[in-house]
Amino acid sequence: MATRLRRNLTTASVAGASEAGTSVSRTSVSGTSVSGTSDASGGGTAVADRFGDAAVRVRGLRRAFGDQVVLDGLDLTVAPGEFVALLGRSGSGKSTLLRVLGGFDHEVDGQVLAARSRSVVFQEARLLPWRRLLPNVTLGLTGRDAGERGRAALAEVGLSGRERSWPVTLSGGEAQRVALARALVREPELLMLDEPFGALDALTRIRMHALLQRLCRRHRPAVLFVTHDVDEAILLADRVLVLTAGRFSLDVAVDVASPRRRTDPAFDRLRTLLLAELGVDDLPESTH
Amino acid sequence: MTDVTLADGRTVAANSTITNDRPEQPDRANRPDRADRPDRADEATSGDAGRAPIVLVDPTGGRRRAGRRWRVPVEVRRFLGPALLFLAWWAVTGLGLVSDRALASPATVLDAGRELWRSGDLTRDLGVSLYRVGLGLAFGVAAGLVLAVVAGFFRAASDTVDSAMNFLRTIPVIALVPLIILWIGIGENAKIFLIAVGVAFPIYMNTFAAIRGVDARLVEAGQTFGLGRFGLIRSVVVPGAAPGFLVGLRWAMGVAWLLLVFAEQVNTDSGIGYLLTNAQSWNRTDIIVLCLVIYGLLGLISDGLVRLLERTLLSWRRGFDGT
Repeated sequence: MATRLRRNLTTASVAGASEAGTSVSRTSVSGTSVSGTSDASGGGTAVADRFGDAAVRVRGLRRAFGDQVVLDGLDLTVAPGEFVALLGRSGSGKSTLLRVLGGFDHEVDGQVLAARSRSVVFQEARLLPWRRLLPNVTLGLTGRDAGERGRAALAEVGLSGRERSWPVTLSGGEAQRVALARALVREPELLMLDEPFGALDALTRIRMHALLQRLCRRHRPAVLFVTHDVDEAILLADRVLVLTAGRFSLDVAVDVASPRRRTDPAFDRLRTLLLAELGVDDLPESTH
Repeated sequence: MTDVTLADGRTVAANSTITNDRPEQPDRANRPDRADRPDRADEATSGDAGRAPIVLVDPTGGRRRAGRRWRVPVEVRRFLGPALLFLAWWAVTGLGLVSDRALASPATVLDAGRELWRSGDLTRDLGVSLYRVGLGLAFGVAAGLVLAVVAGFFRAASDTVDSAMNFLRTIPVIALVPLIILWIGIGENAKIFLIAVGVAFPIYMNTFAAIRGVDARLVEAGQTFGLGRFGLIRSVVVPGAAPGFLVGLRWAMGVAWLLLVFAEQVNTDSGIGYLLTNAQSWNRTDIIVLCLVIYGLLGLISDGLVRLLERTLLSWRRGFDGT
């Protein structure tokens, strides 16, 4: 079989391979999100799990809005440089998890550790409309070389020469490329993307996939990629997680030979499996 | 039964069928509704022939333009309104519809202006008035802005400041005059203070609402990329609230001129308002009208200044790409 499966049946056994051998203290840090770094050199034993070999380490994460439990004792480890796609039906808690890791949500229980240097790309580009492209990319950057780095980042996403354009003049795809440049110019150890290409047309999406792949190969951040699109997840990710009712119901390594083709039987098997996990059994004819 | 008159003058009974094969077929409006046609049921039996014929119209009809037509520039159009008013004034006085006593003619007003200019009164009074309005605006705008940023950005301060401002806002500014006189007398400072107080409220109200209207997702994005409190205010909140602030500024300028007229009509010996009251006691209609014209022009100029400010501060809205 082309895909290796690790299906979790109990809460405790959701595991990424990278986590093996690390001892993690399971003390519950209520209401805090502690930032760590993946720089392993500085770690003493007392703070061992803050200087781990992971970009994300979450243990027993729980988030409830009133009576409604959105994240229910979630465990997640993302290795440095690992590309993890996060699938789930709407309302399954994907965005909540990303908001927690992004530092926007503080009312959580459990242990949450994420690389200190992290960037987010949202579904909408969220560029400041009153800043030209370059200052948008270098937003919050300090240092004398900020401008130079920003220019380089814009060039990387194919927008060099547009430094002085206003965001309103951009197409959706271009705006999202700027958002990517803005995220990557910080050289993040963890890059989080929340349905970044959801609002783009199919052709632009294909180009964006290639671009994201290229950028990730060059910068090697750990990636947490939230999407609704199963094909997108299989095309890009090393590992796909399915979030169902606040827990990971499926954790599967993508074992499709690259370059990944939708016509590959392994691709198709994985797609069918993921769609079934997402509750879509009734496939239209063309997918078979 | 109603008849329908076609564009070419023929009259047709409303229930008759007009089809595409009539070359005179004018447009869709004259086609009787399907329901009005008793013969429809018969036609339906003969297949496609039963469908009402599709009437084709040119959607661009009548509004097509061969090329780029010359347009009146916006500045000219904006100037046109006041110019028309001026013409009306000229006509009314020139044709003798109103006596020179009730409403001075443009010529006499111009003479009065020249006279006051030569004596130096006009420049002095205008200067004093501009000074008062300028300082009042500066203090009022600063106060309104600071309060709005504090109330809009810091949740702890927001409820207290906002409720206080809304309470004070309902007090007519002019009712504060007795208190102001008791506090700081009747001098220059009192006038500036009055204008500043009046100006602060529209600035506060609009800027506060605009800050609250700033897209929370942009604030969130700013936080993601390491902006601190000050950075968020500088890079996200203030520019995001600029459109609302400018609306407030425009409003505030109106308030400032209004309060200037008021302040200069009590206990003053200088300023346009003083000129105005003085002219009234000397029965000089020409000077009165001159003052009114000056007020109008000043209003026009301040409006132009805000527009200029809008054009520079909000250039990003139009996607302005040049330098």
